[in-house]
Amino acid sequence: MCTVCGCGEGEATIEGHEHHHHHHEEGHSHSHADGHGDHNHDYGQGAARAHAPGLSQTRMVQIEQDILSKNNQYADANRRYFSEHGILSLNLVSSPGSGKTTLLTATVLALLDQTPVAVIEGDQQTALDADRIRKSGARAVQINTGKGCHLDAHMVGHAVQDLKLQHGSALFIENVGNLVCPAAFDLGEAAKVVILSVTEGADKPLKYPDMFHAASLMILNKIDLLPYVDFDVAACCDYARRINPGIRIIQLSATTGEGMETWLGWIRAHLEIAKTGVNVPGENS
Amino acid sequence: MHEISLCESLLKVIEDSASQQNFSQVKTVWLELGRFSCVEPDAMRFSFDVVMKGTLADGARLELLELPARVWCSKCLKDVEIQQRYDACPSCGDYRLQISGGEEMRIKELEVV
Ligand SMILES: Nc1nc2c(ncn2[C@@H]2O[C@H](COP(=O)(O)OP(=O)(O)O)[C@@H](O)[C@H]2O)c(=O)[nH]1
Ligand SMILES: [Mg+2]
Ligand SMILES: [Zn+2]
Ligand SMILES: [Zn+2]
Ligand SMILES: [Zn+2]
Ligand SMILES: [Zn+2]
Repeated sequence: MCTVCGCGEGEATIEGHEHHHHHHEEGHSHSHADGHGDHNHDYGQGAARAHAPGLSQTRMVQIEQDILSKNNQYADANRRYFSEHGILSLNLVSSPGSGKTTLLTATVLALLDQTPVAVIEGDQQTALDADRIRKSGARAVQINTGKGCHLDAHMVGHAVQDLKLQHGSALFIENVGNLVCPAAFDLGEAAKVVILSVTEGADKPLKYPDMFHAASLMILNKIDLLPYVDFDVAACCDYARRINPGIRIIQLSATTGEGMETWLGWIRAHLEIAKTGVNVPGENS
Repeated sequence: MHEISLCESLLKVIEDSASQQNFSQVKTVWLELGRFSCVEPDAMRFSFDVVMKGTLADGARLELLELPARVWCSKCLKDVEIQQRYDACPSCGDYRLQISGGEEMRIKELEVV
């Protein structure tokens, strides 16, 4: 999380955060005052004091709170911000190497003349992917999660502030390559898009069901390689629908461009929804 | 190892509760985990001990309560229990199931001093 304002623990860093101290202004209203500001190290003394006689009386405290409630509060703040600014935010998740950055680069190039586009890149290390995206002409900010294996809503909130998005933007969030825990961390996105490439095996939806259940759209990438690999497309789609009956599936190749129009059409329909707040008739996922 | 960051989130909830409810030490944490929550109990226990070191929950006991996975079958019009996400409805064999429970990761209660 943020090493500048000292909010939160963890070791994520956001590009550019070394150079300025930013504020949490309107729209991104999570408070540092009550939450992670008080990372009190004197809590540890409690253990010592408790050994004193007379202080060992225990009592029960009802909590009934989701572990991820903090993350979900940040996600809600992000979602409010996106909706107030007519921004379509998509959370792209996949294993490393399935082609997220390649797909994003091609997507940015296709959208940029009509739509403001920005990208948040999540990787454990390096700003290489943000550099790749900036070369294609979009605004991009890199989040390095260090040892962390997923982005969380708090990191994304900071990155969003840095991006200063225009109204009606498309914001793509490339999550850390990992088919497991990004499923559990809501970033405030409109939809999760899971990318699976045909070199990974058709049974991935069954092996990593949480992710395919959480996603609204599955992109089957690298279909240009289908002649060379043993990949049963029909079985893969069947497995994905078994986990998630409502999932949309688009087959494409980010490198040859085949199928890209369907994906771009899906994005444009969802951009309209984000901008107007109205569901396009016939578009249900 | 996202169990580490889950435990960090857990610690935050505990710390917030400590300042609201006035306690300085946690003895036991009861955590409800749905069968479909992406938490591995062993990894969670391991991470819990690591993350709580030096905090108000140092040395606390972690009690995990597993909740079953329940889904709504739109063909049978009832809630049924399944074991895996890819399972079909045990009554009718249909796959169009809506998860109604089993994704919980909820802190239930704390034993505190
Ligand atoms: N043949 C083929 N290769 C692709 C396609 N999309 C991505 N790749 C290649 O897959 C590798 C990993 O892509 P990258 O975008 O970095 O994946 P990421 O880790 O998901 O961001 C690169 O060598 C890409 O050139 C595709 O549609 N077809
Ligand atoms: Mg990448
Ligand atoms: Zn900050
Ligand atoms: Zn912050
Ligand atoms: Zn993770
Ligand atoms: Zn049934």
